[in-house]
Amino acid sequence: MNVVVCVKQVPDTESVIKVKPDGSDIITDDLKYVMNPYDEYGVEEALQIKEKFGGSVTILCMGPSRVVETIRTGLAMGADKAIHLDDPALEGGDAFATAKALAEALKGIEYDLVLCGKQAVDDDLSQTGQTLAELLGFPHASLIQKLEIADDNKSATVHCQVEGGLAVLDVSLPAVLTTQKGLNEPRYASLPGIMKAKKKPLDTKDLAALGLSADSVGCAGSKTIITKMTPPPERAAGKVIEGEGPQETVPKLVQLLREEAKVI
Amino acid sequence: MDFDLTEEQRILRKTVRDFSEKEIGPVAAELDKGESFSYEIVEKMADLGIMGMPCGEEYGGGGTDYLSYIIAVEELARVDASSAITMCAHTSLGIMPIYYYGTEEQKKEWLPKLTSGKVLASFGLTEPDAGSDAGATKTSAKFDHGVWIINGSKCFITNAGTKISGIITITAVTGKREDGRKEIECILVPKGTEGYEVGSSYEKMGWRWSDTRALYFTDCRVPEENLLGKKGHGLRQMLEILDGGRLSVGAMGLGGAQGAFEMALKYAKERFQFGKPLSSFQVNAFKLSDMLTEIEMARLMLYKASWLKDRKRPFIREAAMGKLVCSETMGRVVDQALQLHGGYGYMKEYPIERFYRDQKVLDIAEGTSEIQRIVISRTLGC
Ligand SMILES: Cc1cc2nc3c(=O)[nH]c(=O)nc-3n(C[C@H](O)[C@H](O)[C@H](O)COP(=O)(O)OP(=O)(O)OC[C@H]3O[C@@H](n4cnc5c(N)ncnc54)[C@H](O)[C@@H]3O)c2cc1C
Repeated sequence: MNVVVCVKQVPDTESVIKVKPDGSDIITDDLKYVMNPYDEYGVEEALQIKEKFGGSVTILCMGPSRVVETIRTGLAMGADKAIHLDDPALEGGDAFATAKALAEALKGIEYDLVLCGKQAVDDDLSQTGQTLAELLGFPHASLIQKLEIADDNKSATVHCQVEGGLAVLDVSLPAVLTTQKGLNEPRYASLPGIMKAKKKPLDTKDLAALGLSADSVGCAGSKTIITKMTPPPERAAGKVIEGEGPQETVPKLVQLLREEAKVI
Repeated sequence: MDFDLTEEQRILRKTVRDFSEKEIGPVAAELDKGESFSYEIVEKMADLGIMGMPCGEEYGGGGTDYLSYIIAVEELARVDASSAITMCAHTSLGIMPIYYYGTEEQKKEWLPKLTSGKVLASFGLTEPDAGSDAGATKTSAKFDHGVWIINGSKCFITNAGTKISGIITITAVTGKREDGRKEIECILVPKGTEGYEVGSSYEKMGWRWSDTRALYFTDCRVPEENLLGKKGHGLRQMLEILDGGRLSVGAMGLGGAQGAFEMALKYAKERFQFGKPLSSFQVNAFKLSDMLTEIEMARLMLYKASWLKDRKRPFIREAAMGKLVCSETMGRVVDQALQLHGGYGYMKEYPIERFYRDQKVLDIAEGTSEIQRIVISRTLGC
């Protein structure tokens, strides 16, 4: 089984996000970046598949030179090789433009399965994996929490999280699956892994190597345009209901729920 | 000047940070309370591959530079001092003497077991009457018909008494030098050697789940080849080992200070008094600013000292400065961080209480702060 894992570098989930005064973007100067947490499940699952069936794990990542650290983290966890899509024209793309570049990068390499995180925690679009599947013409399943590959490696059974329950699907391979929390427990990049990562093959491709035109990818090739960003409104302070014991406070609460919050 | 860490160092920091927060953080308070050695954490650190980082890969070590090792100790100490001291005493004091001065046979016999974390190593220098004054060592090793016969005792030794402790390098007086002073050598003593006894655990203020013991040697015999390094070089080797060890104890102060600072900052922003978060009172905001400034200064000093060591340049003075500044910085930081927590900080529910206790030993072990100042002042010709 040859598995490709699409990985995105995102701001550390603990960073404080500030919007630029003109609302065009967020301020990136002080940000620390990490691998998108949902992609970690993808890398782990791919490594487990390789451990069971053999084959290889390839990291596919698009972004400026800073993303190499995230790629190396994937290699340090145990992936075999990586493809880095790096071109200024690729920047600022939406899920469609990103999926297009990823699909192009997948041409000419052999794989049985593509894994993507269910969403990236920066823009939370939850579309890239599905769009990629459409562009490649492969089946897809999203929010997978369990994956069982058939012994002949031709199909798989997946458990997907759906509203209020679980859907069990059989998919033929190759397929694109998006990974959700609960699928596995991602391993740490061990020290020997980190030391080995530097020597693993990393193929950097620019737009020319991908054979795409600048107007079909990145911001120019996007179907959606971000017109303005605003920080979420500040939460109003809560209300403390004062009084002696429930006899006094509960009626007050009920009154507030009725008259102010208008929920009962 | 290049202040950037390498890509590997950055990934390593993130890995050890995540590991410490997820695997150690949730059990640190309980282990501190229970005071019993955690084989589980040692095993997990071994799985992560960090039980012999600066030792060469040919012996199963990590093959990293010293700075990478320092970063790993720092990240462990940011969450739990006992984990950090167990890992770093094993590495700087246990493994490195054998790696630096051992014969090929000694390295092949011991290093793979030690770097895999399956067996722990330690270093025994301190004695009841020889602490800061290592020259006052009384433990003796007499050479007789191809064996060393060791008599004496050691105290406060880290990592020697666990079920997986396997070997110790001890210092012992082997005779008199030409100038009339004691000749001190380093000798390897495997655990289980007849006449080598391990005392019971001390009850400690901090580093509570790390293993600390008194050791007793009574006509303990080891073969001639267990003398570590060249005869006559024992004292010099011991001092070199301590220089490297100081950097790692410095890293414990640095990481501990960082952890305490982060707790203080979070608490000061969350705790409201007089209708405002504590951090909004300028006196507290300034305290937090001072803490971070001092931590950053300490980090620069320690990293520079490690950088010198990695470049094989003299670093004795800088190692002493690094250890001194990191330990004392953590002392001031935990004090102010606990103060910001008020009464809650005095309670065991908040980890700052543990950090406060774990700090004190940093002013003592691997050369007290006074001894660091002596080392620095000697380089000034004082
Ligand atoms: C938890 C723990 C773990 C340890 N682990 C190890 C280990 O693994 N291996 C090992 O060999 N040792 C270990 N030690 C021992 C440690 O290194 C010694 O405690 C330390 O060197 C100080 O020696 P001492 O305790 O005898 O104090 P002393 O030397 O008696 O010092 C007492 C005080 O006098 C001061 N003082 C002494 N001489 C001077 C002077 N000339 N000028 C000014 N002030 C002076 C000291 O700074 C100190 O404040 C450990 C200690 C602790 C607490």
